[in-house]
Amino acid sequence: MRRQFDSPIVILGSRLLSPYIMVFGWYVIFHGHYSPGGGFQGGALLAASILLIRVAGGRRISRLQIQEFATTPLAVIGVVIYFATGLVSMAMGGYFLDYEMLPIPGLDPAWLRYYGILIIEIGIGLAVMAILIMIYDNMVRGEDYA
Amino acid sequence: MIWELELVIYIFLLISAIVALEVKDLLVAVVMMTVFSFLMALLFVAMGAIDVGFTEAVIGAGVTGILFVVVVFQTSRKSND
Repeated sequence: MRRQFDSPIVILGSRLLSPYIMVFGWYVIFHGHYSPGGGFQGGALLAASILLIRVAGGRRISRLQIQEFATTPLAVIGVVIYFATGLVSMAMGGYFLDYEMLPIPGLDPAWLRYYGILIIEIGIGLAVMAILIMIYDNMVRGEDYA
Repeated sequence: MIWELELVIYIFLLISAIVALEVKDLLVAVVMMTVFSFLMALLFVAMGAIDVGFTEAVIGAGVTGILFVVVVFQTSRKSND
């Protein structure tokens, strides 16, 4: 099972499929507040599109995409987006994650909740994507086939 | 949903679960588990839990399949000690 060889069909297929999975992941994240799906599912779709290239192409090709050292900062950025939104609304006089206290001028409270949930979903999606890629990278570390 | 179609999905679910338990090759077992969780996602959607079905399809049929394949490739059939 350990033999490895370049298969152009596998690489071509995953190259063809991966961008569409990624676009669908962003669609799920950006429509997550009023339709099924959300940050977790969209982040898992983004991670699936990147893991597909990593499994099919190997380490040399996956170095062109998100590299190993970039996963931890991305996860931290996602968590920081989440907590910053919650703590800003707390600092403006509301509760934690009380979206209608967000300091965006010129918006009704309903639209503030709308965009507040969208910001939260983007943070969750980034964190989930980065951590799933990190798990994969830590599992294949030291092996050369994938 | 049409109950005949649901019955067919249940039968395929049982077949994929039994094959995944009984087969000797671990890679075939991983693929059968992926098939199992995709059929579970179809059943969740048929029962009206679209969000649960979506999560099951993405996580069960996508990411855990890849992680199980990595684990299968990192273990050997015979122990070394």
